[in-house]
Amino acid sequence: MTFPENLKYTKDHEWIRVEGDTGIVGITEYAQGELGDVVFVELPQIGKQVNNGDSFGTIEAVKAVSDLFAPITGEVAEINIELEKAPELVNKDPYGKGWMLKLKITNKSELDGLLDAKAYRELIGK
Amino acid sequence: MKPTAFNSIHKKLGAKLVEFAGFEMPVQYSGIIDEHRAVRTTVGMFDVSHMGEFKITGPDALALVQKVTTNDASKLSEGKVQYSAMCYQDGGIVDDLLVYRMKDHFMLVVNAANLQKDFNWIKSNMDGFNAQLEDQSDGISLLAVQGSKSLATLQKLTGSNLSAMPYYSFVQGNLAGIDMIISRTGYTGELGFELYFDSSIAVSERVWNAIMEAGKEFDIKPIGLGARDTLRLEMGFCLYGNDIDQTTNPLEAGLGWITKLEKNNFNSRDVLLEIKKKGISRKLVGFVIEDDRAFPRHGYNIKSNGQKIGVVTSGTVSPILGTAIGMGYVSTEYGQPGSALNIMIRNKEVTAKVVKIPFIQR
Repeated sequence: MTFPENLKYTKDHEWIRVEGDTGIVGITEYAQGELGDVVFVELPQIGKQVNNGDSFGTIEAVKAVSDLFAPITGEVAEINIELEKAPELVNKDPYGKGWMLKLKITNKSELDGLLDAKAYRELIGK
Repeated sequence: MKPTAFNSIHKKLGAKLVEFAGFEMPVQYSGIIDEHRAVRTTVGMFDVSHMGEFKITGPDALALVQKVTTNDASKLSEGKVQYSAMCYQDGGIVDDLLVYRMKDHFMLVVNAANLQKDFNWIKSNMDGFNAQLEDQSDGISLLAVQGSKSLATLQKLTGSNLSAMPYYSFVQGNLAGIDMIISRTGYTGELGFELYFDSSIAVSERVWNAIMEAGKEFDIKPIGLGARDTLRLEMGFCLYGNDIDQTTNPLEAGLGWITKLEKNNFNSRDVLLEIKKKGISRKLVGFVIEDDRAFPRHGYNIKSNGQKIGVVTSGTVSPILGTAIGMGYVSTEYGQPGSALNIMIRNKEVTAKVVKIPFIQR
């Protein structure tokens, strides 16, 4: 299992990659493995304001449904529309084509509260 | 957590293991959808050794089975299997089970999660019967080999004529050099077999490996409990704890066909006769959600015109149909195929339609 060093992680198993003022968000390889086959990802509308820790959507796997939590406060700038046709991208490429949304970050200092790869690995025991 | 005899094989195969009914069981190997399709198109093998097996012996064995189960075990001749249920006196279901008629005894195959409860329940019904009850579960490994190529796979390993076996029959045979019960049964709706044999690791691994080798040309796959659930749900088969439990009776669960009310004095007969006379107030139905962006789950409410009329007991996305399917109890007046239901899926009302089960034709 890989947990790229350039990402920040949450206890709820999301990752965020920061590019300028934008944070790209998805779920970790560990999370997709726990969920199993993803069949639907419900994402918010562009322009929606989400708060750090809020549920921004849901992810349906064959076995169960889970909430998706925002790692940071921001405004939804873009969602991954590819997931509508191919939700399995979350399983196949969780850090790449399986990304979920781009947030316009409100307050970058919130990033300090997130886990780095090492701390996340410790959290899940991998 | 108890391991089954296949535990190290599961680990070697990289299965995702979870706790289920006190056992460490594989929930998936390659993925639920992939495994599901393997069983529907070719063949897959399941470790279901967590299931419980009871042996009932003695002169009153049949009488005891007749008392505690709803189906008519007197109809069974040696070599035949019956799907049945046990009920409490109020009609609530203790468990669903398979009854095997052996030469001189009965074998009852029960759900792992209910094993101790079932054992105690049968025990408490044994007063006055000259019969003995023995839990043999720890000594038995159980593999299910299911799919259109199951017969061709297993036939290579046994002299028993598998194609001559009717559905719900079994033989005592030898397969892969091991004496076992070969049963033409399963929980998938496919052609398939269930194999009961000695639970030592050496014997169990030998059988597993022989079947995987024999099935290689058909791309046999190991199948976890995740796909076992989606496979049974596509067929509309009940799962204890989801669709049936002590608060549901067999008549409303669509299990009237295994409830032989004409049979003398079995547990809950009077109550069930009364319910039958009055008519059931709710029934278990299958439904589909044609808006495939919403998936029903156990416990979601079912409404009509703003009123709660029922509850979802099982739901998933059907890997074969590609749409959401589910089962649930609804007030009888909404139970006809074609009836519209509203499923409450996280504060959203989603329209569903009652359909006949099974969801797919086999």
